[in-house]
Amino acid sequence: MEVSRHWRLQKQRYELVGETCDSCGVKLFPPRDVCLECEAPAQELYTFTGLGEVFSYTTIYDAPAGFEHNAPYQVALIKLEEGPIVTAQLTDMALDEAYIGMPVEMVTRKLRTDGEEGMIVYGYKFRPICFEPVVN
Amino acid sequence: MQEVAILGVGQIPVREHWDLSLRQLAVDAGRAALADADVAKVDGIFVSNMTSGRLNKQRHLGAMVADYLGQRGVEAVKLEAACGSAGSAMRQGILAVASGEMEAVLVIGAEKLTDTGFTETTSALATAADADYEIIQGVTFVGLNALIMRRYMHEYGYQREDFAPFALNAHANGAKNPNAMFRDPISQKIYDNGRIVADPISLFDASPIGDGAAALLLVPASKAPNAVRVVGSAVSTDTLAIHDREDPLWLKAAELSAKQAYEQAGIGPEAIDIFELHDAFSIMAALSLESCGFAERGEGVKMGQRGDILANGRLPISTMGGLKGRGHPVGATGLYQLAEAVLQIRGDAGEAQIDGVNIAMTQNIGGSGATIATHILKRP
Ligand SMILES: [Zn+2]
Repeated sequence: MEVSRHWRLQKQRYELVGETCDSCGVKLFPPRDVCLECEAPAQELYTFTGLGEVFSYTTIYDAPAGFEHNAPYQVALIKLEEGPIVTAQLTDMALDEAYIGMPVEMVTRKLRTDGEEGMIVYGYKFRPICFEPVVN
Repeated sequence: MQEVAILGVGQIPVREHWDLSLRQLAVDAGRAALADADVAKVDGIFVSNMTSGRLNKQRHLGAMVADYLGQRGVEAVKLEAACGSAGSAMRQGILAVASGEMEAVLVIGAEKLTDTGFTETTSALATAADADYEIIQGVTFVGLNALIMRRYMHEYGYQREDFAPFALNAHANGAKNPNAMFRDPISQKIYDNGRIVADPISLFDASPIGDGAAALLLVPASKAPNAVRVVGSAVSTDTLAIHDREDPLWLKAAELSAKQAYEQAGIGPEAIDIFELHDAFSIMAALSLESCGFAERGEGVKMGQRGDILANGRLPISTMGGLKGRGHPVGATGLYQLAEAVLQIRGDAGEAQIDGVNIAMTQNIGGSGATIATHILKRP
């Protein structure tokens, strides 16, 4: 089901590949081939670093079909360090940990499952940036 | 372009209508508008609906409605712009009459959401958002509004309780409207104890879905000297996804369509007597007030706190319950707003009547703000 639909988006889902505007330099995610700022063509590919911070967040208790497996879960608007905002789930953290401004990084996780034997869609989520403890 | 008037309105009470099909709802509302206008034949029919292909296994609503309404032969088509379908269909009906191409036009909004289960219905409604970049992340439509509301609270320093006046006002007014889904006022305490649906949005910050249909009959104003006039009509668009907006806390399409409608009417926001806004969520009511120039940025909530929005306030909103109290049959909602504005101007709003309404504005929002239709109506 919808295999080609998700296959087409793999560069965005797994690697955060967007675009750069040729004339004003703005970075775009998702790619749209036309700059959101100056409307010039923007087709040069750009791979985002995956670093950003939480712009807003909420908790989903009544999950839509295909997402029941990890409810309740949190969805956030993430402001990437290059500027664009993306909608994505938060992961690898407790439900009461999120705050606006929290530094996060992109990881690849399971997004949706269509039943026991159905297709699994993978894609980006964001987790808190962990700093390794300093060992003396 | 000639001026357009609204000669007839028809509404079906918003309910869980287990005994009425989508077809029956649409036809009943259309018949009511024809009877109200005392018109038998029309030149065109614009139907608005969002989900019938998926939830009712029926598309091709233009022909279906024309057929069952006894109007076979006339031009008829369905328009879709998510929850903004009805306001957008109204705009097309107005253009058809204003251009001189059609003399009598029926605009009918109909939606049937309760034949299917909660999960099926909510996923059909979620198609208003960006499927590839919003919905695939497991966010619901309520969730998208929650993201906006939390950021708004963060930037402007509000608490969840500060939004209560929008819900209290809507339910108080809905209690006075026989077509409303909810007929009981709610107290601050009931609001405070509302179950959290998607933090910070609680049950009472969200509108209920329901089945419904509403219809308007449009004619040239020159043919109906005593009918309510359409003096402003505009539809604008914005990015499909919230995350692509330059400012996620600003409804650009509301600002643009309101500005055009004000210019057409030759007035500013201060001239508006009542405002039927799209309070699908409390946060949308606040953003709508700000983007249309009724409040400064970040101050929309204060209009609620000051009582400006009440039936006896400076700018009554949701005067017959709004989306929260009357209910939100998505593809029909914009026409309920317009029908209510017409009743208020005519003085036919019954218990919900606001004194001395000369100019009314309506605003219908599709998705989280990607399509916004604004209309201004005036006493003849
Ligand atoms: Zn550019």
